[in-house]
Parts: sequence; structure tokens; C-alpha cells
Amino acid sequence: MRSCGLLSLSALWLAAASPAWAYVAYVSNEKGNTVSVIDTEKWAVTATIKVGQRPRGIEFTRDGKFVMVAVGDDDTIQMIDTKTQQVVDTLPSGPDPELFTQDAAGKILYVANENDNTVTIIDVQKRARLGDIQVGVEPEGMTMSPDGKILINTSETTNMAHFIDTSTREIVANVLVDSRPRFAEFKHDGSELWVSSEIGGTVSIIDPVKHAVTGKVTFDIPGLRSEAIQAVGIGITKDDKTAFVALGPANRIAIVDAATHSVKKYLLVGQRVWHMAFTPDEKYLLVTNGVSNDVSVIDVAAQKVIKTIQVGELPWGVTISP
Amino acid sequence: MGDAVIRGMFGAMGLCIAATQALAADPLEIGIGYLRHAGVKSTLSLVEQPADNNGTAGALLAIEDNNTTGKFLNQHFTLSEVRLRGSDDVVAAASKLADQDSFIIADLPADELLKVADSLRDRGTVLFDASSIDDRLREQDCRANVIHVAPTRSMLADALAQYLAWKQWKRWLLVVGSHDNDKLYADALRRAASRFGAKIEQERTFEDTGGARRTDSGVTLIQRQMPVFTQEAPAYDVLVAADESEVFGSYLPYRTWDPRPVAGSAGLVPTSWDASHDQWGAIQIQNRFVKLNSRHMTALDMQAWTATRMIGEAISRTNSGDPKTVFGFIKGKEFSVAAFKGQRLTLRDWNLQLRQPILLADGRMVVSVSPQEGFLHQVSELDTLGVDRPETKCKLQ
Repeated sequence: MRSCGLLSLSALWLAAASPAWAYVAYVSNEKGNTVSVIDTEKWAVTATIKVGQRPRGIEFTRDGKFVMVAVGDDDTIQMIDTKTQQVVDTLPSGPDPELFTQDAAGKILYVANENDNTVTIIDVQKRARLGDIQVGVEPEGMTMSPDGKILINTSETTNMAHFIDTSTREIVANVLVDSRPRFAEFKHDGSELWVSSEIGGTVSIIDPVKHAVTGKVTFDIPGLRSEAIQAVGIGITKDDKTAFVALGPANRIAIVDAATHSVKKYLLVGQRVWHMAFTPDEKYLLVTNGVSNDVSVIDVAAQKVIKTIQVGELPWGVTISP
Repeated sequence: MGDAVIRGMFGAMGLCIAATQALAADPLEIGIGYLRHAGVKSTLSLVEQPADNNGTAGALLAIEDNNTTGKFLNQHFTLSEVRLRGSDDVVAAASKLADQDSFIIADLPADELLKVADSLRDRGTVLFDASSIDDRLREQDCRANVIHVAPTRSMLADALAQYLAWKQWKRWLLVVGSHDNDKLYADALRRAASRFGAKIEQERTFEDTGGARRTDSGVTLIQRQMPVFTQEAPAYDVLVAADESEVFGSYLPYRTWDPRPVAGSAGLVPTSWDASHDQWGAIQIQNRFVKLNSRHMTALDMQAWTATRMIGEAISRTNSGDPKTVFGFIKGKEFSVAAFKGQRLTLRDWNLQLRQPILLADGRMVVSVSPQEGFLHQVSELDTLGVDRPETKCKLQ
């Protein structure tokens, strides 16, 4: 008995002493109704967690204790305890939650509810709904300005980025972008807001002060018809120098010079690439391939795909432990 | 009020338009006309019987969607529906509608649409063909003031033929109804068969001898008639039915002499929309539609929604209600519309036909979406469906 206990204790210690760059990635599988857990040291799936119906938007809580996953067809956000790897609680979102973002403190969650043209505000600790903000048709992309003052929501059929003042919860500006805006991301210095348009196939660069589109990233892949190039997920490195844009059924990630907004390189990944997450050390970028049921691992410095990991059915979102 | 003004102002700034213009301005009012006949046609299947608001319900949903966007841009959209009855003159009705609305959605047969288009030619009214699938309206009878949102027969037939080719069901038994539109559909299917490598092993005509679509002992009789009608056919893979007139098509599945699938007007049907279509965000519009109308969304509803959204999209981009500006934008290279089909829809500039993927549905599920993989095109794979630029007879004027 005693030796057995000692053994498991030392195993625990060994696990804790593993290299600092070992992180855990959680991938939502839209069709599988599961979340795949990936160990970024082994680059292997270590667990598959059953969740509600149609899991898409997924994010760690700031303290790393929970993973929140929007299960749209169950009209809620589930909280996965990262220790037990089980769903332990839910958050009261509106109908059909898809993507969400949280404030810097991790206390307030803002959720895009696709079905009723609203953004729902949730107190994470109290698990309570604080209110709703009316936005355009089919709200989707959600992000927060680095100073926390402005919340961005994109609406897919209205084709706008809505600027919402987080203190008054009122819309202060609306900026038209190309068709079906799906994802929004600020540069870390707050100087630019990037909004991807899936059907338009572009990324609009927005001046967050002037509330105007000041530039556009366009994509041209030889041999590929332009309709197949559909910009979705965006990731920008902490130094604001390089951006990665997922191009959906073009099966590629575009690497963009974030200063000049020109494409430097296209990386071939799996089919219908959706969203992405950096490891905290920014050595790796994980991208979800919706149709080929896998995740591609990109070496950020080398700008190369180094690994493909099979996950559940129709992977959609990904988040990595802080 | 103050709130609305601020929103309108910032929306205009987003468009890079002088912010002064929107200050305290009344909303830009856009009227859209909808011209159709009263009453609906009778279908063989009771569940496919169109509702009284078939089409207009789709346009009204798009009006709501346009207005949700419009409240941020200080634009407001309304729909005026005119239903023609009995001896009503379509040209007079269209002219009256054009007095108030610069954009008219037409759910009219081809001949009437042509009359209306010619009568409104010099008035700058833009017509949207929401329902007529006749190829001739995009070919020899094309008009410069008509945008075609409905797909053509040839687009529908090609979409089906590509899938049947992909399935390697290349030997067809073609059964054609005895009405003119059935024959036109058969023409499109013959063309599609030769384009995509299928062979029509035999053609049969199903004569419409009259008779009711609703009877109290229908199944008993049909179950005996259909096997007899389809017996002694040469070897074939799939029965393709051309029955737009709703006389026999839906009677064929499960009743053919040989155990063969049915496609065309029944079985696997090519269509612009189906109530079961849920991918590419379509579930959201299906939910909105059902919530508003307590019924499923039809192809005509979707075509009318798309027409109304095209107008809304162009007006939000141009911030103008001037039909010339809006029409110019829709015809321009920058224009595209998102309609839950997995890719942007654009206009064929040679005949103003909306390019669109075609769903293949069996009444319960979407089985596939054409164009099929591997059918390539130098401009757009959507142009593998229907009559392409090099073959067109259209000279827009």
C-alpha cells in the first residue's frame, strides 16, 4: 500500500516537473459533441470530453481552472473543470451562443448569440446574466480592445463590426466590412482592429479611433478559385509583426506582414481551416481543420507545418492553457 | 432619438461618407415592390402545397434583416405587395407600383415579366426575377433591366447531371410531361446529359389526361399505374422525370417497374433552397424564418429573400436609394451577396443571372450541393451550371 502511494506521488512530481513548454490545448468538435484535449509536448490527444450539442467557441478562464465552451444547440456555455476534465457547470447565455470574449480580469463574459441578434453579458463568478446588447443580424465575432474599453462584435448578415462601449454597454460606432464577418482581433498595441470576412474573402483593417476601414488584406492563391478563399480565424503575434489568417475551404493559413498587410506565405493545412491558438510562448500555432477532422501544428518561427493531430468530428475552436 | 442619430452618424463614418450628411437626417426610405398573382398552384404532394405568402414571406424576412442593418445606417426598408387577380392588367399594376417603388421583385411567368420589363424600360425601375426559371429570359429574350435571382432550368438540370455523373448513374430513362414547361425542362435535361456524359436510354411521355390531384382512393390506383408505365424499359440506372406541371413526378419513387432511383421533378430534386438545408450558417435563416412564419422556407421564399437582400446590400454599400446608383453597384465587379450557400453569389455580367450553388434535396435532407468536385471552370465553378458566356444568345440592351 505504502509503496504504491509513494509511486503515484513520485509520478505526480515527475509530471509537474515536465518542461515549461508543455501546454494543454482544448479543441471543440462541432459534430462530435466532444472536446479533444491535446498535450503539446507529446502532440497527442490525451482525453476526449463529452460536452453538449454543437460545441464551437472555446476559451480558458483567465485563472486556467476552467475551459468554457459554447454549445449552441443547447443554448448554453458549459464549463469544463481542467482538473477532472468534466463539465461541472453552465453559464446562462442567450440562444445559440457561438463565440465569446472576456475582460482582462476574467470576470465578465460577452457572448454572441447567433439566433436573436444580441450580445449577452455574463458575470462569470456568479454565473449570472447581467444584460443584453442589441446588435446586427447573426452576431458572431467577439473581441475586446487591449485597454478593455471597447468590445467588438461582428454581425454576419449585417456585415458590420459594432463598437460597444464596455462602460455604458451602448454601441458607439458601426463599421461596414465585406460579406459575412466572422472574426475580429485587435493588434496588441490597440492600433488596428482586424476583421475577417468569410464570403468577401478579405480581412478589413480598421482604425479603432476613426472607426474607418483603412486597409484590406486580400488573398490570391494561384490555381484556386477566389470563392474558395474564405477568411475566418485570425492570430496576431505579441510583437504585432506577423498575423496568421485561416482561409477556410482554401485549406491554407496565410502568413501576413502585419505592418504592410501583405501576404508573405501560404501554408497548406487540412480541409476547411477554422480557428487557431498560439501556445503562450508563441513557439507554436494550432489550427483546426473542420472537414479533415484534424489539427495542424505550425512552428511559428520556421513558418512550417510540423505535425497533424487527429481529433474528433468537425473540429472548430481551439484554446490553450495560459 | 439621440441614440439613433449617433448610430447613424458613426455608421456613415464607417462608410467614409461625410458625417455631416447624416446629422439629424430622416432615414433613407427604400420602397420595394412585390408583384405576383393571387392564389397558388396545386401540387401532387400535400406537404409541398405552397402557402398563401410563398415568396413574400422570404422578402419580408429580408426586409427585417435589412432594417436591422438599416437602423445602424439610418436606412429604412418597406415592402409593398400587389397580388394580381383574374383580369388584372399586369402592365398597369407594374406601372402603378413603379410610381412609388424603384425596385420591383417579380414573381411572374416569363411572358408577363417581359411585358413588364419592356413597359418600365425607360423609367429606371430595376426588376428582380424571383421565380421564372426560363432560360430564354437570360438568352434571346434577355432584358437589361431585369436581374435574375431564380436559377435557370439549365442550371438546375446541370446541377443534377453533375451529381448523377459523380454517382456513375449514366444511363437515364427520361420521362417527360405533356405540358410546355415539362418539355423545356426535358430540353435542359437532354443538354445536361450530353454535357456531363450521361446517356438517355429511352424517353417516354406521360400524357396529362386531366384528373384530380386529391382523391379518396388515390394510392391504390397509382400503385398499379406507375409500374405498368415504367415496365419494359431498356437497362437504366436512374429515372429522370421532367414534370414541372405536377402531374405524375411524385408518383414515381418506389413504384417503378425496375427498382431504380428517381430524380428531376421528384426523388432527388435540384433546387435553390430546401427547408432541410442547414450548413454554412443556413440554420440561422431557417430559424428566423420559422419563427416569423410558423412554416418552412421554400425555394421561392429564398429567392425573394435573396433579391431583397441584394437591394439592401447594395444600398448599405452605396448609402444611396437612387436606382441607377444601386443597379450600377449590383452590376459592378465589387458586388456579391451572402446567401448561406458556402460561397459568395455574384452576377453574370452578360445576362444578369445570379450565380449560385444548387442543392440536391430528397424532401427530407440535402443529399449534395452542385457544382460537384472536379467540374472545373476558368472563371467560376458556378459557371459550370447553366449556359456559359461563350454560348449565350443574350445581348443586353
